[in-house]
Amino acid sequence: MTGLVWAAPCFLALGLVGVLRPPGSRHLVYGGCALLSLVVLGIGVGAVWGPVEHLSLPVGLPGVGSRFRLDPLSGFFLIVVGLGSAGASTFGLGYTRTDAHPERVLPFYPLFIISMVLVVVADDAFSFLFGWELMSLTSWALVSAHHLEPGNRRATFVYLLMAVFSGFTLLFAFSLMAGTQGHFTFDAMRANPVVGTWADIVLIIALIGAGAKAGLIPLHVWLPLAHPAAPSHVSALMSGVMTKVAVYAFLRLALDLVGETHASTATVVLLGGGITAMVGVLQAILDRDLKRVLAFSTIENVGIIFIGAGLTLAFRANGLMMGAALALTATLFHTLNHTVFKSLLFFGAGTVVEATGQRDIETMGGLIHRMPRTALAMLTGCVAIAGFPPLNGFVSEWLTFQAMLLRPDMPQWGLKLAFPMAGALLALTAALAAGCFVRLFGICFLGRPRSRSAAEAREADLWSTGTILAFALFCILGGVFPGAVIDAMAPISTSLLGARMPEQIGNGWLTIVPIAAGHSSYNGVLIFLFILVSALLAVAGIHRRSNAIRTAPPWDCGFPDPSPRTEYSADSFAQPIRRVFAPVLMPTREQVEMPPPGDMRPAVLHRNEGDLFWDGIYAPLGHFVEWVSGKANVLQFLTIRRYLGFVFVSLIVLLIALTVWP
Amino acid sequence: MIQALIVQLAQMTLLLVSAPLMTGIVRRVKARLQRRRGQSVFQPYRDLLRLLGKEAIVAETASWLFRVIPYFIFAATWVAAALIPTFAANLMFSWSGDLIAITALLGSTRFALALAGMDVGTSFGGIGSSREMMIASLAEPAMIMIVFSVALVAGSTQLSTIAETMLTGHVGLRVSLSLALVALMIVAVAENGRIPVDNPATHLELTMVHEAMVLEYSGRHLAMIELAAMLKLSTYLSMIACIFLPFGMAADPLRITDDLVGVLAWGCKMVIGIVALGITEMSIAKMRVFRVPNFLGAALMLSLLGVLLLFVSRGM
Amino acid sequence: MIPHSFSFDVAHTLAGMLLLCSFVLLYQVRLLALLHALALHATILALSVAWQAYIQGAPHLFITAAIALVFKAIVMPWALRRIVIRMGLHREIETVVGIGVTMLVGIGLVALSLEVMLPITANADPVAREDVALALSVVLIGLLMMVTRRNAVSQVVGFMSLENGINLAATGARGMPLVVEISVAFSILIALIVIGIFLFRIRERFDTVDVGALDMFRGGRQ
Repeated sequence: MTGLVWAAPCFLALGLVGVLRPPGSRHLVYGGCALLSLVVLGIGVGAVWGPVEHLSLPVGLPGVGSRFRLDPLSGFFLIVVGLGSAGASTFGLGYTRTDAHPERVLPFYPLFIISMVLVVVADDAFSFLFGWELMSLTSWALVSAHHLEPGNRRATFVYLLMAVFSGFTLLFAFSLMAGTQGHFTFDAMRANPVVGTWADIVLIIALIGAGAKAGLIPLHVWLPLAHPAAPSHVSALMSGVMTKVAVYAFLRLALDLVGETHASTATVVLLGGGITAMVGVLQAILDRDLKRVLAFSTIENVGIIFIGAGLTLAFRANGLMMGAALALTATLFHTLNHTVFKSLLFFGAGTVVEATGQRDIETMGGLIHRMPRTALAMLTGCVAIAGFPPLNGFVSEWLTFQAMLLRPDMPQWGLKLAFPMAGALLALTAALAAGCFVRLFGICFLGRPRSRSAAEAREADLWSTGTILAFALFCILGGVFPGAVIDAMAPISTSLLGARMPEQIGNGWLTIVPIAAGHSSYNGVLIFLFILVSALLAVAGIHRRSNAIRTAPPWDCGFPDPSPRTEYSADSFAQPIRRVFAPVLMPTREQVEMPPPGDMRPAVLHRNEGDLFWDGIYAPLGHFVEWVSGKANVLQFLTIRRYLGFVFVSLIVLLIALTVWP
Repeated sequence: MIQALIVQLAQMTLLLVSAPLMTGIVRRVKARLQRRRGQSVFQPYRDLLRLLGKEAIVAETASWLFRVIPYFIFAATWVAAALIPTFAANLMFSWSGDLIAITALLGSTRFALALAGMDVGTSFGGIGSSREMMIASLAEPAMIMIVFSVALVAGSTQLSTIAETMLTGHVGLRVSLSLALVALMIVAVAENGRIPVDNPATHLELTMVHEAMVLEYSGRHLAMIELAAMLKLSTYLSMIACIFLPFGMAADPLRITDDLVGVLAWGCKMVIGIVALGITEMSIAKMRVFRVPNFLGAALMLSLLGVLLLFVSRGM
Repeated sequence: MIPHSFSFDVAHTLAGMLLLCSFVLLYQVRLLALLHALALHATILALSVAWQAYIQGAPHLFITAAIALVFKAIVMPWALRRIVIRMGLHREIETVVGIGVTMLVGIGLVALSLEVMLPITANADPVAREDVALALSVVLIGLLMMVTRRNAVSQVVGFMSLENGINLAATGARGMPLVVEISVAFSILIALIVIGIFLFRIRERFDTVDVGALDMFRGGRQ
């Protein structure tokens, strides 16, 4: 705790450095942030394993002050924040070399990190919401760093709107929990938890508030707008870390502060997560903007995390604490994994965008030849996020599946149906994610360059590529030694649920056994070594016979075409999947305009891709607000007498309300 | 320990060595049904040896991935095959991955192959990869749902445990299992690129999927990919046999007599399965590519139905 | 707890196969294949009824099974097949919505009928209970098929599968008198004849058996 007390002013000082911008300030800010983030990470590690610590500062709400607390859950999310920020800052050291407007990023960047730390360690509603709003504002400032580019101002506006909405909703949830007694400290909320139907209502409101920040459907609209607008290291922070802080908010409320909830709330969370995951990945596979694809993929992964949270709540509602511990571990594992590989992918996207000057993946191709280190790291990230063994993404999805299979005989009928539905959605999501990342990697890095900028791309500097490669190493380590990660997370589930997964360290050969031997087990090390050894054996065996190699032009069934325009494009890659899934989930229309024979005009394929959620929810809402404000506009042109009349009438109404209210 | 290792290695070798034979048999069956004499059942071995001896031609635009992927695909498929109980359950490595891990391993080979298809930057490779991912987007969830059905009945996702549970006979006939079996057959057909989803015998056809991705491969790289494909076919057949017909399987791999019985039983099951596959392939026509999603969607629906029935009423 | 006896398992498997066959019906896109699937559907029903007759020791159910086998599995598909061939109908079934969506809705219907039936029959005999749940799914899928197909022949097929579902429920519930069964079978036969004549009449007038043409006709009169 004292470490944090020292770290916070240092972050503020770095922000000040960003404002004053002495020479070398860029290095000072990013280097300092990287070091301080490592400190935060260390404090987080200590908090997961150490005792619960409290701290109270005499600022903030009168009578309450500001309270902070370090417990295993906060510690875990401090690790997430620390790891993601350390990576982003190190990456930023190289990446922001060519930034034309450092003054728009540097002052806010350290503040953004410290605000996330503040949310995670807050122990009363006021400091929590203060941190939450600070996080929203600083990230908003960072998103609007490139506000001159077309479209970015709309993105910042939508983002600010959604951030305000999320903060307001959480404020509502906290005020319901505080009750009439004004229990603003979390300790008081724990002592007098809301129970019964109110607990469910508070949890649903919290789901909406946290979900708007995390990107739950249909509150996800800001993500695909804001992430591409921000500089890449900031996108990585927002996507890899800030959405996790929102997950923290939900978990803190659901598992710690709110009392026992009903199983039907778990059904809502479970299916909400499943639908979010599915829709997110479908939109990711159809998009052409490199960073938007990653933003949609974040929505998908947040969905997977919420599936885990829903499972945890479902098991807890039925008193199955072992199952709840397994589901919570899967949730947190996926949270950590997503921070690692999504940061990696955003860093990689940043270097690619920097190198080619483009965000449209249709203009890329063949970058593996020009940017070998970035390509290697991105490949690792793509395999990890697509959930393939032996990398880390697979382990957390595997644990989630195991949690679903643990106890199918739930007493509630809603859950009986929701479990297999969520399972099917998760399986579909995983398969589609594989398609999405084959497309992303294949179109960007493989094949032939589709434009001059791609053909002349340069590998990025060592700071950037070093960071990316380090994160790729984390992906491998997390997948090969999952037992260690699971054991390290045990204190969290013990403190929140009173149960933990069986200890993994004692299993032979580093196998993980989530439930019981003979039920299910997975051994990342062995599979990794196994693949390596058999591949090497095959290479060794074959190359004794022949290792002659000849390079030749591509064969392509006898019709090679030197023009890269004949390559398969990102849109054509996604077309079959669009054809299969789009009629169900999104209003997409295709129309072929074929000129009559003899006409020399080219045939044109029109594609009209609507966004179900924007067209269905937000656009009507916007129209409604406009309509209301149009009507209300009349009120601005009244006489003084009428204005006074309004005041008078409202006074009377309030007085009547007071008399009627018991 | 050493004995267990030997039995495990024997199982891996058996699968690897017999895989081309299975492909040879299916080709032979199809040829006989077409009233051709057909090639020898050992022809796939000769093809592989011939390919291995040739120099490999690599396209100029290919990257290092293009040359690494064939070995990865082979290795990952072999590992998946090693995890499946063929003649004996509880082999040494059987606990290092369950059915979900096997599915994911096979999925990773597909991921790699799709990348290889896009590496050279030709239109055929892209079309193959794109269609393969479309097929996968339905086949993989169907497979996971099948795993759900089987795991809920057997109380485990570990294949050895599943086989033992099925062997005890307490399971009986279950609606969900029959749904899962039908779905698994459809998935196996799709995953192995057999008729009606893909035609393993054609080239230069606009509907090809697997062949389009491996179009640029030659020599030893092609041999690796072909061998992996044969191994995958054996893996799926063994998986079906292990889940739904585990009769004759040795429970304790260290008892040699049981193992021999197991090998014999496994051989019979494989031959029956492969002949059935040949006959099925001959009696139906290849589908249009955009009919395939319906076909696989049906598998997904069936397996989901099976799981629903299991979740809702444990009696089914 | 639910008994895991052999008779129970077989009854269930047959009922499940009937449901599976309903999905096969939903999946078909060609008329003749659809009729073959219908014959299979009725055969499974006959087997299921015969099994019920055996385990319940109710010989009159064997007659029901025989009726199902002869009329529903042989005569009617054959008659419909003749109609299709004689009228030279378009062999592809025109669906209102895609097959994938229809199947998805089918799954939803199964979930719905399980959700409705199992809780309210919690105290009933487990064999009957789950049979009834499955039978309701078959009925609903038959209705779904009638709703989502344009072609009159496939609507008839949907109707027949619906009737099979009712039969399954009735035999599972131990108590359908033979008289009822025979009269139902005959009414179905009469319905078939009526529909057959009806088909020819539509065809004479409109040169199609797409029931959408009837709507156009009505629209024209207004």
